[in-house]
Amino acid sequence: MGEVGSEARVRDLSNAPVRTVSARPSLRGRLANVWQRRELLGQLIVSDIRVKYKGSALGLFWSMLAPAMNLAIYYLVFSVFLKNGIPNFVIYLFSGLVVWNMFLNSVIGSTTVVIARAGLVKKVAFPREILALSTVGATAVYFLVQMAVLSLFLLILGHQPAWSYLPLLPVAVVTLYILTASVSILMSGVTVYMRDMAHLVEVLLQLTFWLTPVVYSYENTISPALASHGLSWLYFINPMTPLVMTFQRIFYGATNAISLTSGQVLHVLPQWSMAHYWTVNLILLGLVTAFYLVVEYLFGRLETNFESEL
Amino acid sequence: MVKTIEVIGVNKEFVIHHERHQSLKERLLHPGSGSSEKFHALENISFSVSPGETVGVLGHNGSGKSTLLKTICGVLAPTSGEIKLRGNLAALLELGAGFQPELSGRENVYLYGAMLGLKRREVAAIFDEIVDFSEIGKFIDTQVKFFSSGMYVRLAFAVAVNVDPDILVVDEVLAVGDERFQAKCMDRIVRFQQEGRTILLVTHNGDQVRQLCSRAIVLDHGSLVADGPTNESLKVFREHLHADEATPAETASGQIRITSVTTPSGSFDVRTGAGMHFDVGVESAQAYGGQFVMEIFSRRGELISRPDAQATPVHLKPGINAIGIDIAELPLLDGVYEMNIGLLDERGQNVLAWSERAATLQVGSDGRERGIVEIAPRVTQL
Repeated sequence: MGEVGSEARVRDLSNAPVRTVSARPSLRGRLANVWQRRELLGQLIVSDIRVKYKGSALGLFWSMLAPAMNLAIYYLVFSVFLKNGIPNFVIYLFSGLVVWNMFLNSVIGSTTVVIARAGLVKKVAFPREILALSTVGATAVYFLVQMAVLSLFLLILGHQPAWSYLPLLPVAVVTLYILTASVSILMSGVTVYMRDMAHLVEVLLQLTFWLTPVVYSYENTISPALASHGLSWLYFINPMTPLVMTFQRIFYGATNAISLTSGQVLHVLPQWSMAHYWTVNLILLGLVTAFYLVVEYLFGRLETNFESEL
Repeated sequence: MVKTIEVIGVNKEFVIHHERHQSLKERLLHPGSGSSEKFHALENISFSVSPGETVGVLGHNGSGKSTLLKTICGVLAPTSGEIKLRGNLAALLELGAGFQPELSGRENVYLYGAMLGLKRREVAAIFDEIVDFSEIGKFIDTQVKFFSSGMYVRLAFAVAVNVDPDILVVDEVLAVGDERFQAKCMDRIVRFQQEGRTILLVTHNGDQVRQLCSRAIVLDHGSLVADGPTNESLKVFREHLHADEATPAETASGQIRITSVTTPSGSFDVRTGAGMHFDVGVESAQAYGGQFVMEIFSRRGELISRPDAQATPVHLKPGINAIGIDIAELPLLDGVYEMNIGLLDERGQNVLAWSERAATLQVGSDGRERGIVEIAPRVTQL
């Protein structure tokens, strides 16, 4: 029986595709490889989440505690103490924070992920970018939960989102995902060579946070000053800005509101047309996709010497 | 002829940092400094393996055999050259490397399966077999961090051998678990051979290579120095490369050589049950105390006997030494047997001199007993 089986196996093999391990897999080869191992990616995401909450009955609750805390504090500080006057500020805040949390937690988690899984990297064959991607994937699950909570807020507060802008959401989410994945993959590779990168990343992320209109309104604060010097573009170099603004446009709904404090009209969001939002988002999607390809290429260069650096 | 593994001109270089600047701060403070050096782990390796072949990979620590395996499995990318693989490959480089201690055995089986390239439902289909083979039983739902090390490797091995690989790459992992489990692993490997799967086996255990492999390759300092039938390769490995294993202080190898193995009659034909005498000539540059080793193998590569070397100390004088071996009654039956002769240092750890297949015994039997060893039982009716 063994002999018959062995002949059949040889026959099957002569038809089997040939896989090639070479010095520099092409970019297309790299992407195909990641796609081929999507099953592993899924498993890693699930195990990531499981490991995090193994042994804690409250599970997901803990992952929501930090964002809830942030939301509460920013609301208190900006709306109650500093009286920014924006009505339904909690919706404005939440729709920006959801985006920011996704980016922040993915990048922070990914910076050390290759080092943390060194044993795996040195012993098991799989595309190394999957490690960062699994962190991004796990964070994406929390992102979805936060989106659900945001929807609940809208319902409870009876706040109407801008329904006509809703088709922008999938584009913005995909753009956010690709951008987050690109930065995460790049950082996961760079940190192997420069271990203190994690500290720098934290500082840079904090800076980026305050340069993104999450807890304040750009239109209502620095926009006139920047515009008068012709420097508005500087603010929009940060790709998180248009993403956050798109989310705010969709969920906060209005561009103008009556201030709670002064009773005058507040410009909360830029006075862009829907076409403008579409243009900005589609251009950004193109840019982050190109960036992702560059990152894949760079990561391919970085990973060749992981073995002796880990 | 179809090849399952084709290694074509593979080179692998590592950059070795003498002074590691593993942080941004250090790199900024010392720009350009931090000397590094290229290290050739593999140099222009080429060979191919046909379906159903079991090939042993021999080499000392640092010879590049692990690097070669990792390159074949795709854990490492070669610096130049390429490797072509047909069919799916399962690698046992380090058992349980992919396990997540926090997860249960069940969850880890699925995770490990995914690492080996399986879909969830494919793992589900063989899940029971895996649990059976691993003998983990009801502990399958326990977190892996509470497993004993034996359970850990048993589960990993069970997953790897149950995934139906066309190519199995095994690195020094057959020494896991208790003896019974080891035997089970060996059985599985033999079954894999019969099923026409390709196996690449790295081991320090010469007996295992002899038993399982029809062919072996030998690596030395990153180069392929031998590729041929197991016997030939083992000869190269043991006779020419053992020098590396000894630490410099006690290196007497090269100074000690087995020059001849003869019998008084000049013939190695012998009858079962007869006595035998061998004369071994050993040339030594200086006085040296060591242990004498003799191994007898069947033609199929099974070790028949390796007497305790500690019981046979020898004291070499400078010059030619004559050593006699006497076997009072040779219990071997009809057949051809290979004999290896060697000298170990006093602690029995390092090989000083080795002669692989120093002699080939042609044994003829007068009786009608069959097999390898003459037991000559006396049967009486009580």
